[in-house]
Amino acid sequence: MISQLFFGYFAAVIIILSLLVVTRKNPVHSVMWMLLMFFHIAGMYLFLNAEFIAAIQVIVYAGAILVLFLFVVLLLNLREELQTNRFIGSWPAGLVIAASLLLSMIAALRSFVPGPSGPYTIALIEKETHTRVLGQVLYTEYLFPFEIASLILLVAIIGAIVLAKKKVRS
Amino acid sequence: MQPVMPDLGPVFPETVLTVLALVLLLADLVIKRKETIGLLSIISVTAVAYLLAGSLGTTFGGMFISDGYSIFFKLIFILNVILTVLISVKYIQIEKIDYGEYYSLILFATLGMMLMASAGDLIILYLGLELMALSTYVLAGFMRRDVKSNEAAMKYFLLGAFASAFLLYGTSLIYGLTGTTDLKAISSYIAGHGLAGNPVLMLSLIMFAVAFSFKIAAAPFHMWAPDVYEGAPTSITAFMSVGPKAAGFAVLGRVFLTAFGSVRTEWVLILIPVAILTMGVGNIVALSQTNIKRMLAYSSIAHAGYALLGIISGTADGLSSVMLYMFAYAFMNMGAFAVIIMLRSEGFRGDNINDYEGLAKTHPVPAVLMTIFMFSLTGIPTTVGFMGKFYVFMSAVEAGYMWVVIIAVIFSAISAYFYLRIIMYMWMREPKEAVELTTSPAIGLALLITATAVIGFGILPSSILTFARLAITGF
Amino acid sequence: MPGTFTPSAYLPILIFLVVATAFGIGALLIGELFRLKRPYPEKLMPYESGNEPVGEPRIRFSVRFYIIAMLFVVFDVEAVFLYPWAVVFDRVGFFAFIEMIIFIIILLVGYVYAWKKEAFVWD
Repeated sequence: MISQLFFGYFAAVIIILSLLVVTRKNPVHSVMWMLLMFFHIAGMYLFLNAEFIAAIQVIVYAGAILVLFLFVVLLLNLREELQTNRFIGSWPAGLVIAASLLLSMIAALRSFVPGPSGPYTIALIEKETHTRVLGQVLYTEYLFPFEIASLILLVAIIGAIVLAKKKVRS
Repeated sequence: MQPVMPDLGPVFPETVLTVLALVLLLADLVIKRKETIGLLSIISVTAVAYLLAGSLGTTFGGMFISDGYSIFFKLIFILNVILTVLISVKYIQIEKIDYGEYYSLILFATLGMMLMASAGDLIILYLGLELMALSTYVLAGFMRRDVKSNEAAMKYFLLGAFASAFLLYGTSLIYGLTGTTDLKAISSYIAGHGLAGNPVLMLSLIMFAVAFSFKIAAAPFHMWAPDVYEGAPTSITAFMSVGPKAAGFAVLGRVFLTAFGSVRTEWVLILIPVAILTMGVGNIVALSQTNIKRMLAYSSIAHAGYALLGIISGTADGLSSVMLYMFAYAFMNMGAFAVIIMLRSEGFRGDNINDYEGLAKTHPVPAVLMTIFMFSLTGIPTTVGFMGKFYVFMSAVEAGYMWVVIIAVIFSAISAYFYLRIIMYMWMREPKEAVELTTSPAIGLALLITATAVIGFGILPSSILTFARLAITGF
Repeated sequence: MPGTFTPSAYLPILIFLVVATAFGIGALLIGELFRLKRPYPEKLMPYESGNEPVGEPRIRFSVRFYIIAMLFVVFDVEAVFLYPWAVVFDRVGFFAFIEMIIFIIILLVGYVYAWKKEAFVWD
């Protein structure tokens, strides 16, 4: 019961905060609301018995990625940004499409049948700790995706330098 | 549980490509002449192509599948790299973007495509797609001083991220429904648990269709294509119009026919309107274009629509016709872009359709080549474009979609107008101003390869068709 | 399934969060309620009895910050992957060691590349 209450709280607040993020005129305010949203997502992960992911959410998202966002926002011309509209003229059309997508999702999810649950029960994760279980799966079963992830990170480094670095011409 | 060493044989070509791409990235730091890096990247992918034949097998618990289907697509990707590098070498010097990262990023993007073609698991599919997409976003924005190039990168990135979100949402729904991300396991679970009519499954099908439609630039998710194709460096436009599209079709074929094979009747209902809309939008909007890169963007959208017919027919013949189509498209589109790149010279953009006026009088050889490629894109017999269309339409007719094929043929006839207009401009108009061509041995080689292939495979398609049919045995 | 698990070990953190938030809001609220409010123009200036401020308080940051932040994110994510690896090292053993070496080598190439491109130099 109590955990369902918390789940409801997190779900509702995340939606409200996301709306605040996209509707604020000042991008710095958007980023700040996003910070709060990241913490709520971390809380949600805790209630899904994924404490390592919750920690990552705080370290990587609230820590590193938010700093990146803030720097990018500060690259903008804030004065111009404050005068432009948040949404393009055809936003009602977007709203209609998004709303119909939401409605069809709600309609569809009524007939959701959960698939088989895996070997990782709550008791097992409690006993083993989440980090250990995650590590065990990641470094045996999912080692191939793990290595591809390093290539994606590498491309991110190259991309940032190619696009933003003043060229070193010797 | 002690982990067992996975069989690395099937991923050997990808491993070699990774190592070579990393070496090239570091080589860029010491090599001053960037043409050398271009040459090295061609050598690298050729080595990888040589290794592909010995890589058959499945590894990492079914996550990575190297079969005939994936090898065929990987050969298209490698061909794409070779032709792109050949047409790039001179062009990127003119645009002053001759940096070594250009070639490394092309190789990383290709690695992503190869992973997509071989993905037996939705997680690998996603990671391969992201690797490909991230590299391509950067390549699209490679001309940092050019506003249009920046716009192209930004637009491609934002909409690409949006499409990735759909892919992830679809994946999470499927995972919740079936408890697995393995394509074969999803298929057997759907069949075994009678999920065929489940709305959640339908929702996830739609999500996948949206994500893949974006990658292959199918309407109504094609909006990014014209702006990105126009703004990106022309060589990268050529690269994007062939590689990511073929990769998109590779995953579309594998996911829809393997994982969702048992609910074919459902996804056909999604894909038929998409295909018709794509052909319509692509061919009709192309009529009014004045920029040749934009025109080819709409043409590329239209071609995605034709190729979708092969997926819709859902048979082995349909799948092999899609493979043939992508193969044909690689040659004819690369050839057309090679001619466009030749028109770009110092101080002259050469991407307006008017720039082609009277080209036959001033430069007959490029005009003849462009005529061949335009004929092929139209689908006129004795070119490979005709063969591609012919087999795709045949497979759809055999699968009972006669009416869709009739619509496709009508749109194909409309498309003749804008392709033949270029030919008309080249041969029947007087040149307005002297157009300077930028030639190099590399681009000459690219034109030789593409023109020979367009005519050669157009007259004798049986070898490649046999190869495609052989490749999908056991799919 | 949501709502089947309660992370009871995190109760102290929840209490801490509630107290911290209440303290922050409460302090501001009490100050607002009880302090004297007699504003005059000099008092409202950013630097009372200092220099007059010139120009915008917000300046546009250099794009160099972006590279720094991006590299930070990338290597932060790399470090994150090391945690579960270190925790299960005793079980997965030498095998995981090789995996992690490959992972680090790939990113090391990126590091060398960034270094040689003078991404760490503030020119």
